[in-house]
Amino acid sequence: MDFEPSEEQQLLIDQVRRFVREEIIPLEAGLDPDASELEPADHARLVEKTKAMGLFGIDIPKEYGGPDIDIVTRVLLAIEMAQHRAGLYVPCYGTFGGAGLAQIFEANDDQKERYLYPTLRGEKKAFFGLTEPSGGSDPARAIQTKAERKDNGWVLNGAKIFISNADRAQYGIVFARTDASKGRAGITCFLIDSDTPGFHVRRVVHTLRSSHYATELEFKDCWVSDHQVLGEVNKGFAVANDRLTRQRIPYAAGCIGVAIAAHEMAIEWAKMRSTFGERLANRQAVQWMLVDNEIDIRTAKHFTLEAAEKARRGLPFRIEASIAKLTASEGGGRVVDRSMQIHGGMGMTKDLPLERWYREMRIRRVGEGPSEVQRMVIAREILGSNLR
Amino acid sequence: MSIRLRLDKPWRPLSAEEAARLPGQLGVYQVADAAGTILYIGQAGARSPFGLRSELQRELQDRGTGHQFRVEVNMQYRTRWFELLMVHKADHGNLPADNARNPPPLGRLSPA
Repeated sequence: MDFEPSEEQQLLIDQVRRFVREEIIPLEAGLDPDASELEPADHARLVEKTKAMGLFGIDIPKEYGGPDIDIVTRVLLAIEMAQHRAGLYVPCYGTFGGAGLAQIFEANDDQKERYLYPTLRGEKKAFFGLTEPSGGSDPARAIQTKAERKDNGWVLNGAKIFISNADRAQYGIVFARTDASKGRAGITCFLIDSDTPGFHVRRVVHTLRSSHYATELEFKDCWVSDHQVLGEVNKGFAVANDRLTRQRIPYAAGCIGVAIAAHEMAIEWAKMRSTFGERLANRQAVQWMLVDNEIDIRTAKHFTLEAAEKARRGLPFRIEASIAKLTASEGGGRVVDRSMQIHGGMGMTKDLPLERWYREMRIRRVGEGPSEVQRMVIAREILGSNLR
Repeated sequence: MSIRLRLDKPWRPLSAEEAARLPGQLGVYQVADAAGTILYIGQAGARSPFGLRSELQRELQDRGTGHQFRVEVNMQYRTRWFELLMVHKADHGNLPADNARNPPPLGRLSPA
């Protein structure tokens, strides 16, 4: 596979790179180092720019009005979009728009009218309610939130944790157990409006990611009609699993973008900074750290583009997505760590973005399936699906 | 493990001496009138030259005496700030008067 960007891809990459360097980074200099939002006027102005660039709603499928950019190109652009302080979790502060949650594209026509189209128009936001206090890596077994039949609908009872944006969203995609005897074949996916009686956002969950919090949810006799079932009853696990696999590719791309930004900072610093009468760049210890950065970045980029290319061709990409997520999150963490080391004391301060990337990159080894689960997925593929 | 949602430390008088004794760390704070009505929930972020000390000294300069304050040193100053604002809104139905003038984007919490 040839991963050298085409002429057309390179034009788009250059366009996004300029946008990040000329529009995002200067604004970011005036924000709190942990900020995740632009001023509304700045956000609106930059959205107009991304629309003029033809790149707004970049992840929206063409049939729903998206700009029809293939997944490989989107990965290349996602790598660029992440190259600023807030870029790992809020690439370009959302000014390129979003597609919402992938599962909502599988909704029926009525649900599309009520949820998908308002989401694409920016009128509604959604949260993804999968992880529970009992665990997140093994949803087939960990989901204890129950949905029981009642009055031509379902009553949900249970809790979710580490859920982003639930306090600000208008609806969520929530997974609940509808048949306790069937394991992964007993889970159903529901669309829950956040003003549904019995739905509660109980608290903020603070993490290393001080720019953004997660929340803990409670469902207490929360009744929803049959119209709120997304897909088929007892087939929600496939919906969750498909999302988790697809999400690993852009997740890896974000890690690569931040790693590149940290690496470039380290190179500049090493060329400029002298100790004991010698530039850091002339010291073998520093050179080797930079070489290891380069190898980590190239490795992750190769595997991520390989996963994207397989997805683009419609080939199975489960193992490739896991390898991409694993190499990018672990390699990205090492790159940021080495870059901090090269910067010395300055690397630890909030004057530079490195400390934020360090904290946020650590979460990436757990989010969207921890490294160990990725290795398990890969092992099963290598050794056969019957491996337990 | 108990999770403390609200900032419920005792109030301290907002004076030059009290403000000068504050740490230069990141965190959140509340300012109240003499009766204990919360007027403002603030954060001392990384752009504050001396963290909580700078912020409370500025509050004193802007508001004058006759007010009270309490602080919490917290590295997660931004998410804790959002949390305190949302909890206040859930408890009182509105934001503190001085936050309501320029409210940040907030979600909804219904703390148990």
